[in-house]
Amino acid sequence: MTRNANSNLSAQMAKWRSDFPVLQQNINGHPLVYLDNGASSQRPLAVIEAERHYASHLHSNVHRGVHSLSALATDAFEGARESVRRFLNARSTREIIFTRGTTESINLVAQSYGGSQLRAGDEILITTLEHHSNIVPWQMACKAAGATLKVAAINRRGELDLASFKALLSPRTRLVATSHVSNALGSVLPVAQIVALAHAQGVPVLLDGAQAIPHLSIDVQALDCDFYVFSGHKLYGPDGIGVLYGRESLLEAMPPWQGGGDMILTVSFTETTYNQLPYKFEAGTPHISGAIGLGAAIDYVTQIGLKNIAEWEQHLLHHATAQLSTIEGLTIIGTAEDKASLVSFTVDGIHPHDLGTILDQSGIAIRTGHHCAMPVMQFFGLPATARASFAFYNTMDEIDQLVTAVRSAQHLFR
Amino acid sequence: MDLKDLYRDVILDHNKSPRNRGDLPPPARAAQGHNPLCGDQLTVYALMDGDILKDVRFEGSGCAISVASASLMSEAVKGKSKAEIATLFHAIHDLLTRADAPTPVQLGKLAALSGVREFPARVKCASLCWHTLNQALAGADTPITTE
Repeated sequence: MTRNANSNLSAQMAKWRSDFPVLQQNINGHPLVYLDNGASSQRPLAVIEAERHYASHLHSNVHRGVHSLSALATDAFEGARESVRRFLNARSTREIIFTRGTTESINLVAQSYGGSQLRAGDEILITTLEHHSNIVPWQMACKAAGATLKVAAINRRGELDLASFKALLSPRTRLVATSHVSNALGSVLPVAQIVALAHAQGVPVLLDGAQAIPHLSIDVQALDCDFYVFSGHKLYGPDGIGVLYGRESLLEAMPPWQGGGDMILTVSFTETTYNQLPYKFEAGTPHISGAIGLGAAIDYVTQIGLKNIAEWEQHLLHHATAQLSTIEGLTIIGTAEDKASLVSFTVDGIHPHDLGTILDQSGIAIRTGHHCAMPVMQFFGLPATARASFAFYNTMDEIDQLVTAVRSAQHLFR
Repeated sequence: MDLKDLYRDVILDHNKSPRNRGDLPPPARAAQGHNPLCGDQLTVYALMDGDILKDVRFEGSGCAISVASASLMSEAVKGKSKAEIATLFHAIHDLLTRADAPTPVQLGKLAALSGVREFPARVKCASLCWHTLNQALAGADTPITTE
């Protein structure tokens, strides 16, 4: 790309950045440099305003009342579901289930699908790159059924070892569950190949999109995945709301997960008939304002364009990788060829937590620790790393500040 | 807030060259401490001679605060009685958590940890070794965690 096009994009992104009130403040006496977007992204005014408008003018319970407010709330809530459907290019809103987040979405599938399909001797196949939330629910489901959890290997760059994946895909495999983008390393997994290999053996695939959703355009029909899960708060939306996309035929066959209001058609003390999709999996009053906020976040992201977002984030990633690499004693962990915009790293002689504290004193927020991916840390023989994760509203200048702050930390610990 | 309040020279020195690092064979007691939030793992070995802590060692991985705290602790408690160690433990606890803690004259080098209380997220880093030592002195086998 030419220098001009680059500065054009930079100017565009600077304009969008001004929509984020959180980013306009000082932390510890310095302008906030927020580089912890992988943990949770910030919210634009459009999202904050959508939730405020709902609470100020539309709030009532959904799917219940004959009164006007209930109808308005239901319209707004179901409108958000349609926004999600369009965003993922799902065939129908019957395939879009609102949950509390990625973790709950995975637990829903593990308990409903896993609980009804898994038998002793069966296998679930995941990868070494998974977040704990795509490990533990499967361990629980396997333990309950007497099934086995299999784990595909990765290489030293933090890329999935497809040969290992193929070798572990067996006639006993009942489901493949894998992240789309690794939260600890940023590696983008070869999900098209994963889905093709699994489907060739008739095995459905769940993709954990928590880290992919803010960076990549997702088309569940093109991906041909069977389940896709993500959280609102990593997509500039509210926390406490997330999505489970499921192929309709699979969702139809799955038993309800939680029981309660909204998920039923009729209830007596001898028998209950369940509601149709998607309500079968949405027991109780949902997080209505959260769903509406998520809908607004999707509209906002769509306005910027995921293509523009991805392009700018890749500039940030390349700049960060190049600049951090100039620091002596700094090692980047995770060097996959295809990477989302985050850099995990260690610095000789400085524990990541000390680095996190030191950077925070300059107003720079990064994540330090095992990133809820302890098996990845074990693979690299590390207790923890520092992780800077970038969003479209981050700037080249912020990355330069990160680099300067890491050098200052080295000076302090000299 | 100045980072040098947290990372004083004494702390940086003990982080770089920890004292009493290593293990002790039985009959020394061992206890494990774990901070699940950051993944810090610490083992404290305590060799008793009656009521007196004759020797103490520690091993594990952690941040500068946790390594320096364990190192400073090991120097401070060696040769002390259980009661004296309990008094130190309470003084350290106050130092790390109470802004109005009395000037800890009897703490000696341990007073270098006073900057930690300005960084609430890091208090557990400094206290883990003390909880683990207590566990070792009590002779219990259950690993202790900061959570």
